[in-house]
Amino acid sequence: MSTVDLPLPRLGTALVPRLDEGETQTGKDFSSDQEVRWCPGCGDYAVLKAVQSFLPDLGLRRENIVFVSGIGCSSRFPYYLDTYGMHSIHGRAPSIATGIATAREDLSVWVVTGDGDALSIGGNHLIHALRRNVNMTILLFNNRIYGLTKGQYSPTSEVGKVTKSTPVGSLDHPFNPVSLALGAEASFVARTIDSDRKHLTAVLAAAAAHRGTSLVEIYQNCPIFNDGAFDAIKDRDNAHALIPLTHGQPITFGVRDEETGLGDQALVRSAGGGVEVADTASVPVERIVVHDAHDPDPSSAFAISRLTDAGYLNRSPIGIFRQVERPTYDDQARAQVTGASEAAAAQGSPEERLTALINAGDTWTID
Amino acid sequence: MSQTKQVKQLDRVIIRFAGDSGDGMQLTGDRFTQESAVFGNDLVTLPNFPAEIRAPQGTIPGVSSFQIHFADHDILTAGDRPDVLVAMNPAALKANVGDLPSGATIIVDTHDFTKRNLDKAGYSSNPLDKLGEVDDILAGFQVQPVDLTGITVEAVKEFGLSRKDAARAKNMFALGLLSWMYGRPTEPTIAFLERKFAKVADILGANIAAFKAGWNYGETTETFVVQYEIKPAKMNAGTYRNITGNLALSYGLVAAGVRSGLPVFLGSYPITPASDILHELSKHKAFGVTTLQAEDEIAGIGAAIGASFAGQLGVTTTSGPGIALKSEAIGLAVMTELPLVVINVQRGGPSTGLPTKTEQADLLQAMYGRNGEAPVPIVAPQSPGDCFTAAVEAARIAITYRTPVFLLSDGYLANGSEPWAVPSVDDLPRIDPGFATGTNHPSTDAKGNQVDDFWPYLRDEETLARPWAIPGTAGLEHRIGGLEKAGTLEDGHGNISYDPANHDAMVRLRQEKVQRIADSLAPLEVDDASGEAKVLVIGWGSTYGPIGAACRRVRRAGHNVAQVHLRHLNPFPKDLGDILRRYDKVLVPEMNLGQLSKMLRAEYLVDAQGYNHVYGLPLKAAELAEAIGALVGEAEGKHVDLGEHGTNPPSDHEEAPTS
Repeated sequence: MSTVDLPLPRLGTALVPRLDEGETQTGKDFSSDQEVRWCPGCGDYAVLKAVQSFLPDLGLRRENIVFVSGIGCSSRFPYYLDTYGMHSIHGRAPSIATGIATAREDLSVWVVTGDGDALSIGGNHLIHALRRNVNMTILLFNNRIYGLTKGQYSPTSEVGKVTKSTPVGSLDHPFNPVSLALGAEASFVARTIDSDRKHLTAVLAAAAAHRGTSLVEIYQNCPIFNDGAFDAIKDRDNAHALIPLTHGQPITFGVRDEETGLGDQALVRSAGGGVEVADTASVPVERIVVHDAHDPDPSSAFAISRLTDAGYLNRSPIGIFRQVERPTYDDQARAQVTGASEAAAAQGSPEERLTALINAGDTWTID
Repeated sequence: MSQTKQVKQLDRVIIRFAGDSGDGMQLTGDRFTQESAVFGNDLVTLPNFPAEIRAPQGTIPGVSSFQIHFADHDILTAGDRPDVLVAMNPAALKANVGDLPSGATIIVDTHDFTKRNLDKAGYSSNPLDKLGEVDDILAGFQVQPVDLTGITVEAVKEFGLSRKDAARAKNMFALGLLSWMYGRPTEPTIAFLERKFAKVADILGANIAAFKAGWNYGETTETFVVQYEIKPAKMNAGTYRNITGNLALSYGLVAAGVRSGLPVFLGSYPITPASDILHELSKHKAFGVTTLQAEDEIAGIGAAIGASFAGQLGVTTTSGPGIALKSEAIGLAVMTELPLVVINVQRGGPSTGLPTKTEQADLLQAMYGRNGEAPVPIVAPQSPGDCFTAAVEAARIAITYRTPVFLLSDGYLANGSEPWAVPSVDDLPRIDPGFATGTNHPSTDAKGNQVDDFWPYLRDEETLARPWAIPGTAGLEHRIGGLEKAGTLEDGHGNISYDPANHDAMVRLRQEKVQRIADSLAPLEVDDASGEAKVLVIGWGSTYGPIGAACRRVRRAGHNVAQVHLRHLNPFPKDLGDILRRYDKVLVPEMNLGQLSKMLRAEYLVDAQGYNHVYGLPLKAAELAEAIGALVGEAEGKHVDLGEHGTNPPSDHEEAPTS
């Protein structure tokens, strides 16, 4: 049996028990009694609030939601949510969540991680979770710095970053988390920003609905060790900072033309096979790239992800880069186990079958 | 049987099959083992193979061997020195001849004794050309040169195989010949070949033809004049099968799942010599067993911890280097107090070390190899079949006490085999997961209202285990993690605590919880028939066989010695201190530089003496017996001569038990 050919659920939360008719939840139901201890002004507060107020919308039973985190500032997240949770060890949350999600189809599994946790010490687990496509949602808080250890550069810091550990500037080239996830053939990849609650919530809703591993990169400001890292793209006066992605829509941004609804800048195919930015007015409308998040080929999504600045962030695409259906590891693993178990049930109780198993092969009896 | 052949009775024989890695020696040994098992002999086997899948052909590092000791009585070891060596090429002869006692029989395939192969093995001339001459380096052995390959190729001619494929059946010829020599039943092997080669008729035909040709060669030619008979051993009533340690361990885990009602979840990364457990468990999905081949060792244990949190029996399997990688996660399981079975099939170390050889040098790693005070219970099996019981016991402790548990097997137990009295499933312990189902801490809030809380660290007063509340249980939502929690008997709400007094109390509590496992252990069984021994030999793990054999030898020579073997290394059984203090001398044989002896000295202030070998091979019983004898002599102020014993030479063979 290699893969299991059966109709698998399409919704991420399809098998998770829901609230009874008439039962309601509020954000408060998801707040634990623990004092939140992030630094004043930390972007994590906004994400926590958004998640707490969004979770009731899922309509799932609270006891069937599990948050798992690794180590880092963001990884304190589970303590503040009144669900089941595990604050685990550095970088390993995706592997622990893989065990939880594979063991239980009736759980909604969430991973909260950061740029250091997910991309440095836990890089291996992240790419393999994405490759396997285990049904869980990974929230990657990217503040481009190590906060909990007090300010060393991270795997998403720009080259030349001056920090405590790199007094004359960091040397290593940063990861772009979206590009990395697409390279690992993730089935759902999105990016959002801590300061845009509406966008954040919409992306979370889509991520939760997706069956498989959803990776959501959340730009998140660290006011203590990397303040202002996202100022340029959060600047409302800077119309060209964000490239919003909407499935099925031509990708344009900047100053919006009232008549056409298009921004003054657009993405077009480049000669090299990627995408590049052009003035909307200068290109025929049919040349503008229409975003297809469901394209089985991740090349276009990858090309779009490369428009993110690797240095100081002046421009970044946001939204859902990719959302494709692919069988999940956990659904298939469970199908193998339940299929075999059901087929064997006719052969007797587990005790009887165990007796048969250990007495099989070449045996001999001494009276 | 031919009338001219003589039949000689023996009480035990040790045979070693040796050849190139590609010669099929492991298969040959396995088949001979099955034949002997079905025949009813007691037996112990010792496979020994290189780490490389195909080491350079014809070289000494490429030699693979399989030793089987079989007897008409209860035996404990695979034997120190083979009575019979089957050598398929010059390298196999060169690599093994040093282990043979004088008088041993060497059956050698002359076909591969070419100039080139002799060179590769480091022979300047062909030792087979000098048999009986003054410079015969094999003088003192009974050498039987046979062109095994040539005769095999001739015997399988009718199947039209290439010469290379035809020659590959030579191991079956050797098996047939040895099966004749020792009167083994042939049916199991023919049935096995029919299963194995069901789809390739010519290969099947050739293998059966070679096997029969080997048998007939023994029976009809004048080369072999003696056939040996080793009667079935007297064993306790029951159903038996031959089993390796890794298979028994896998079955034990399946059994633990059945008896606890928990689905088993194995998160594992392939590593020698533990991979066979992953392979085996992946076949048992029908028992609710999930196996996840993880991206690395850490992910393997991570997924297992996740599964345990979700309410399954999390298991991870590996060898020493993998434990090094898993150490932080084991600490997490200690801190979160989740059930977890961690299996270390130990191999030669440090680092990559000797991947295919055995050692028991990871005991202190299991005891102390984590940051902080992170106590983990340790159990160890003592023989291949015992791996089954040990696995069930590890699961019992893990589930009952909500703790990771180490199971320390080793390469010898993993690949070695013995007849196993198949247990009755009804006799296995029932393990109660005892999931938490409701709140456990009623209190009143500031406004005087009754509040029913769930405290995830409110402990069982007897075992000190915390509740296991699995996701999906309404009202018991809680968070656990690696940070220190308030989880003492007085204050079990489980919130993060940096309070110094709480940490001190929690460190002591986690230690005390492991210590309390000793309350559930049966008293040790000390083998001291006379009650007059002054020397106690104590061991753990796979040294049980050699220690037992060595003690029998000392007793057979008329001296007293006591033996005790530990299943539990942490915590030690409660009566161990008293037992140790009853004896004048304590000897601790181990395949390391003295790890258990260090623990015993530290714990009980006894002058435990080590007997330590790290050859990557089991201890040799006869050598160990000499060391025990010397200590008995010292303790009793007399000269101890173990003398020569046994009904057939050589004299260092394992003794039968005194009846």
